Amino acid sequence: MAYRDEKLDEEKVFKDPVHRYVHVRDRVIWDLIATPEFQRLRRIKQLGTSYMTFHGAEHSRFNHSLGVYEIVRRIVNNFENRKNWKKEQRLLLLCAALLHDLGHGPYSHSFEKVFGLDHEEFTRKIILGNTGVNHVLRKVSASFPKKVAEVINKTYGDKLIVSIISSQIDADRMDYLQRDAYFTGVSYGHFDMERILRVMRPREDQVVIKESGMHAVEDYIMSRYQMYWQVYFHPVTRSAEVILTKILHRAKALYKSDYTFKLRPQHFISLFDENVTLEDYIRLDENVTSFYFQAWLEEDDDILRDLCERFLNRRLFKYIEFNPLLHVKEMVELSRLFSEVGIDPEYYLIDDSSSDLPYDFYRPGEEEERLPIHLQLPNGKLKELSRQSDIVEAISGKKRTDHKLYFPQDILEALPDDSQQKQRIYEILFQ
Amino acid sequence: MLANHANLLQFFSSVEEVVGRKKLQKMIYILKKNGIPFGEKYEFHLFGPYSEELSLRVDELSNLGLIKETKEDKSSYFQYRYTITEEGQQFLSHYDNQFPDYQASIRLLKEKSSRFLELVSTMLYFEELPQEEVEDKVRTVKKKQNYTDEEMTQAWEFIKSLKQQQA
Repeated sequence: MAYRDEKLDEEKVFKDPVHRYVHVRDRVIWDLIATPEFQRLRRIKQLGTSYMTFHGAEHSRFNHSLGVYEIVRRIVNNFENRKNWKKEQRLLLLCAALLHDLGHGPYSHSFEKVFGLDHEEFTRKIILGNTGVNHVLRKVSASFPKKVAEVINKTYGDKLIVSIISSQIDADRMDYLQRDAYFTGVSYGHFDMERILRVMRPREDQVVIKESGMHAVEDYIMSRYQMYWQVYFHPVTRSAEVILTKILHRAKALYKSDYTFKLRPQHFISLFDENVTLEDYIRLDENVTSFYFQAWLEEDDDILRDLCERFLNRRLFKYIEFNPLLHVKEMVELSRLFSEVGIDPEYYLIDDSSSDLPYDFYRPGEEEERLPIHLQLPNGKLKELSRQSDIVEAISGKKRTDHKLYFPQDILEALPDDSQQKQRIYEILFQ
Repeated sequence: MLANHANLLQFFSSVEEVVGRKKLQKMIYILKKNGIPFGEKYEFHLFGPYSEELSLRVDELSNLGLIKETKEDKSSYFQYRYTITEEGQQFLSHYDNQFPDYQASIRLLKEKSSRFLELVSTMLYFEELPQEEVEDKVRTVKKKQNYTDEEMTQAWEFIKSLKQQQA
C-alpha cells in the first residue's frame, strides 16, 4: 500500500477539551505529529502574554494545531460525495491544517517586530527544508511538501482547499476562538460549530454557507468581535507584550553596542545579527526565552535588568487612553520630560494602537479586497453575509479603534514630589 | 511615536487621493517592495498581497479625522476614496522631513488601474522565482483575472522602471 494511503491498525485519539477527541487514522498524520518540529509547538503558547491577564491561557500551538486538524477532518468527512469536492485533496488538506502554524516562534508577534522575522516564511522553510516534517511529507511524493506549503501560503491553485484553512470563516479561526475562550475562561467566543460545519458547502473556488445557517455564522462573527476586545486586545496583556518587546529591543541594542553579557546569549546571536538559520530558529522556544530573561536579571545594564524583572514578576506598565490627534504636542513634551528625569522614553513611554495586533475583524470584502463570507441562497446564488444580516452589517460598519500610552507608574511615583518635571508629567498623563 | 501612522499619512499627503481599497493595498505593497519603509505586514490572500495591519491603521487614521474616507455604493460592492485632512497635515508637520521622498514612484502608481497593480504586486510577491515560473504562478493563482501576455510584459516593464527610479 502506498504510504499516502496507509492507515494505523487502530485509530488513535487525543483527548481534547474543546472537540472532546481528536481522531487520527492516517499514518502520515501520526508520523507528522511525532516530528521534533511539531513537538516543538508544545513549548510555544498560543496566546503569548495573555496568561498574565487570564491565568488559564497557558495552552500551546500544539493544542491548537491538533484542533484545526480535527475540524478539517470533520469538514472533509461532511464533504464526501458532495459536488465540487475532490477526494484526492483530502490528505493534502489534513497535512496543511496540522502544519499551518509550524513556523511560529516564542511570542511571535514581538519577535517578528524586533528581529524582522516572518513566521509564514519559517513555516515554508520547515516544510521545504531538511527537517523531520519534510522527510515525512516527501515519503508521500517528491512534490507533496511544496503543495502543502502552497496551501498554507494561500498560493495553491485550488482556492476551495485554501479557503477551508484560511478565509474569514475557516478551521483556524473556529478552533482558536473556542480554544482561547475555554482556556481564558471568558464566556465569549462560543458559537455552534457543529451547525456551521453542517451548513458548509464546497463551491468551485470557496466554501460557502447555506442561507439557513446564517444565524450560527452571526454568532461566530460576534464571538470574533468580542474576543478581539475582551481577550486579544486586553490592555494588561498588551502591557506585558510592550515590556517583552522592549526587552528584546534592549538586548539587541546592547549587543550592537558591544556590551559584554555575563552569559553570552548564544541562542539570540543570529537574531541580533538578523541572519537566522532554520536550525537556529527551530531551537528557539519559550523555555529558551525564559532562561535568558532569568539570566538577564543578573546583568549590569539597569534597563535590561529592570524590564526582565517586570516581565518575570508581572510588574507591568500602567496605561492611559490617549487621542494622538489631541495629544501629539504633549507626547513630544512628555518624552522630553521623561529624559530630563532620567527615564529613557524609548523603553518606558510607549504608545500602542489596536492596529499593532494581528487579529482581524470581519470585513465584507469591498472591491474584492479580500474574500468575504458568502451565503448560498436556495436558488444557488451567492450573497455576501453583511448584505443579508443586519447584525453583521452593524458590526462590520463600526470600526472601533483604540490607542493607549504605557509607562512605569512606580518609577514616576518614586520621583521627588517637588520635582517640576514630575508635576508636569502627572498633569499631562492624568488630567 | 506613532511613526507607522505618520508614515502612512505622508503617503496620503503625497498621493492626494486614492480611489479603492484594493488600489491602496497594492500601492503600499509595491512601494514597500521598492524599499519604502512601511511597517505593515503583508500576507498572500486570494486577491494578492494584503495587509490586515494596513486596513486597521487606515481605519484608525480615519477615526482620528486625519484622513477622510468616503464610501460610494457601486451596487455589487462599495468603493472608498481617501484624502488627507487639514488635521492630518497638521499632525504630519510634527514629523518634519523624517520620511523618504517617493513622489515620483507614487505618480507612476497612481495612474495605473487596480487590476494592473494587482498583477504587479502578485509578481513582486513571487519575485524570488525565475520569470517564467512567476508568470505560471500568476496564471494559477489569478486564473479568473485572465491576464494577457501583453499585460504581463507591461507589468515587467513597470517593475523595471520602478526599480530604476528607486536606484
